[in-house]
Amino acid sequence: MRISIRRVDNATIFDISGDIDLANSPEVRKALLHEVRDNRRPRVVLNLSDVRYIDSSGVASLVESLKASRDIGSRFILVGLSGPAREVLQLSRLVKVFEIYDTEVEALTG
Amino acid sequence: MSRDLLLKRGLLLKIELLSDPKALYVVRGAVERLAETVGFAAAECRSVVRAVDEALTNVMRHCYRGRPDQPIELYFRRPRRRSKGRLEKGLEVLLCHRGPAVDQAQLRGQKPGELRPGGLGLHFISEAMDAVDYERVGHTNRLRLVKYLPSEKGSSRGRRSERNADFHSARGQRHDF
Repeated sequence: MRISIRRVDNATIFDISGDIDLANSPEVRKALLHEVRDNRRPRVVLNLSDVRYIDSSGVASLVESLKASRDIGSRFILVGLSGPAREVLQLSRLVKVFEIYDTEVEALTG
Repeated sequence: MSRDLLLKRGLLLKIELLSDPKALYVVRGAVERLAETVGFAAAECRSVVRAVDEALTNVMRHCYRGRPDQPIELYFRRPRRRSKGRLEKGLEVLLCHRGPAVDQAQLRGQKPGELRPGGLGLHFISEAMDAVDYERVGHTNRLRLVKYLPSEKGSSRGRRSERNADFHSARGQRHDF
């Protein structure tokens, strides 16, 4: 799993590739919460287009980040869901809970 | 018949691993290939992989409390159930570990759509598999997961009854998957 971070205007974009599982979801969680809680970025965007697998601990990290963003009134956005990521969110019935866009442009301007 | 022989009956593959989360990636790859070999379609392969991965994750997190050096065994076998005189095809997974017995009172699954971290794994497993049950034999915990090939499932009513019966029998002793 690889994480890279970009900052565009008032948004932070996380590009994650590979598998998110118990071995690395703590790293994902820490990075996301740091950006939401500590840096208090108004818009945090998570690009999941290259995620091949995400387990329940990965979904839990997304849920925790979403709740943290709601607590401080910022936005936590998912973009470009890969097939496996969408499948897991549908299975969790969380698709409608998250703000999801197909493209990064939509995520930054929506 | 000895315990070892019983476990190996119909054996397709056995994996021994330590409770290091880095092993999950490797196991997922092996399980996906095995499920393909058994005859599952791509979506069903992903379901089986997800169920095994979540079960292992649960053992590593909750039973072994993050210790990365504890033993886990996975037996992949042909299901032993007969229906209408013939052996049903599919995949049975037996996950064995020697963690402490599960404290049932502190464990619960999460309802899908519920906005809180954790607890989704049990839901993933029960959605993926046709039968899920748990037993403790001596100092060993055994979680058994079974998925049948779609053409082998017979009437949905019969299969659902087995699934629910197994699931509910397991609920009393279940892990927080």
